[in-house]
Amino acid sequence: MNRDHELSIDFAACDGHGLCAELLPERITLDEWGYPVIRDSTVPGPLLTHAKRAVAACPVLALRLTRARGRDQQPQRSLHR
Amino acid sequence: MNFETATAIAAQDMPVPYGARLLAGWYATGRPADLSDHLARYGPAPIDGAPGALADAVEQAGLTGRGGGAFPTGRKLRAVAGRRGPAVVVANGMESEPASRKDETLLDLAPHLVLDGAVLAASATGATVAHVCLPRTRADQAESLSRATEERHRAGLDPVEIRVHTLPHHFVSSEETALVSWLNGGGAHPRSTPPRPFEKGVGKRPTFIANVETLAHMALIARYGPGWFRELGSESAPGTTLVTLSGAVRHPGVYEIPMGGSARQALATAGGPTERLGAVLAGGFFGSWLPMPLDPVAQPRGAGVLVALPEDTCGLAETAGVLAYLGSQSARQCGPCMFGIPSVADDFAELAWGQPDTALLDRLNGRLGLLPGRGACRHPDGAARLATSALLAFGEEVVRHMQYGPCSRAGGPLRLPIPAGPPAAEEGWR
Repeated sequence: MNRDHELSIDFAACDGHGLCAELLPERITLDEWGYPVIRDSTVPGPLLTHAKRAVAACPVLALRLTRARGRDQQPQRSLHR
Repeated sequence: MNFETATAIAAQDMPVPYGARLLAGWYATGRPADLSDHLARYGPAPIDGAPGALADAVEQAGLTGRGGGAFPTGRKLRAVAGRRGPAVVVANGMESEPASRKDETLLDLAPHLVLDGAVLAASATGATVAHVCLPRTRADQAESLSRATEERHRAGLDPVEIRVHTLPHHFVSSEETALVSWLNGGGAHPRSTPPRPFEKGVGKRPTFIANVETLAHMALIARYGPGWFRELGSESAPGTTLVTLSGAVRHPGVYEIPMGGSARQALATAGGPTERLGAVLAGGFFGSWLPMPLDPVAQPRGAGVLVALPEDTCGLAETAGVLAYLGSQSARQCGPCMFGIPSVADDFAELAWGQPDTALLDRLNGRLGLLPGRGACRHPDGAARLATSALLAFGEEVVRHMQYGPCSRAGGPLRLPIPAGPPAAEEGWR
C-alpha cells in the first residue's frame, strides 16, 4: 500500500491567490491566469511538511491533502448527464 | 439542421423499426401513450420485488447511464441503497445538449415508462420522493407530466410522491450536482464533489440521479428481465439506446437503435446522408468529430447524438462556434473554466476566421492540456475533448488555415444548432 499523500484543488473555491505555488513549487505551478497546476499530485514524506504549510496558507481553503488510496468503486462524476 | 422534424418518425411512415422498445408503443399507435395506453401495454410497474432484486436485474442486464456518463446503473442503485437513511430519486430530463431531442421525445411519447422507472428506483433505494427535473423552456411538457403524475396518484399506482420541477436551461444546469444544488434551494450550477450526490445529495440525503431514458429502460428490465434486455445490443454494450440523428441525413429525428452499433449504421437508420459529408459530430457538444470516410466499426461514445456535417462547411468554424457557446455557459466558479474555455474559443476563432500567427497551435495545445480535471464539473473536460478531436479530424484544414487564412467555406452560416443568447451567468441560476 502506498502511504503517500495526495494533493487536490477545489477549483470552485480557488481564487488564484497563488500562495500554494510559492510554498510548494516542487508540485505546483501557476497557469497563465494564476490558477494552480498540479503536475504530480503525490506528496512523498520529505515534502509533507511543505505541503501542509501550503494547505494551511491557502486563504480560501481550496488546497486539499488527503492520504492516497486506491480508486474507490463508487460512482464517479460523469462527463455527460 | 432541421430540428423541427426531430421527433420520432410517425408510425404511418415506416414499419416498426428493428430495436424499438421504449418507442414500441409509439410505433404501434402513432400517439403518445397516456396512462390507459401504458397500463394496457405494460401493466403496473412491479414495485413489490424483493429487496435488491431490481439492482440485481439491472446489473445483470448491464444497463448503463444514458445521459452520456455510461456509469453502470445497477452499481449506482446499490451505492444509494447501501447508505443510511431515506434516499431521494432524481430523474434528469434536462437535456441541455443542443443537438439532442431524445429525452424530450421520450417524455412526450412514453412518459409513464419514465415515471415507472423513477418509482421503481425509489422503492429499490428506499426513497419516499422522486423529483423529475425539466428545463424551464419545456414548461408545457412539465405541465403534462404533472397531470400524468396526478392521474397515477388518483389511480393509487405510486407508493412515493413524484414532484415535477422546471429549472433554468443552461448547458451546465443538467449536471447532477447542479440538480442537487437547485433542489436544495441554490443555483442550478455544478458544485464541488465530494460529497457526491449518492452520499449526500438532496436534503443531505443519499440521492439516486439518473437520466430519464435510463429510468425507462429500468422500467422494462423490471418487467421482462435482464435476459430479454440483452437480446439486443452486444455483449459489452447490451440493450437499445435513443439517438438524435440530424444534419445532412434524409430523415432527421429521434430513433431507438441497438447499442454497440457503428456511426455508419446509425446514420443509415435515418435514411443515410443527403450529400457528401465533411465529418460527423458524435456525442454532441461534449463529443468528438469523426472524420470521413467513417470508420466502419468505430462506435460513437457519449450521449446519443450524431450530427452529419455536409462537405461544404468548415469544421474549424463550426468548432469555434461551439467553443464560444461553451465558454458563455461557464458557471464562472472555476478559474480554468471561466478563463480557459473562452481563450481556447478565441484561439479557434483566430484559426477559423483570422490570420493565425505561427505560435497559435502551440499556445492552443498548451491551453487545451490545462482544461481537463480542473473544474468542479467536467465542463472544461468536454470542451477540451471537442477541440482536440477537431484538430485531429480537420488536420488538413488546420494546416491550410495556418498557411493561407480562412477557407472559402468558413464564412458561411454555422450549421450546428448553437443557441444564441446572453452568457448563462447573466441570466441567473434560480
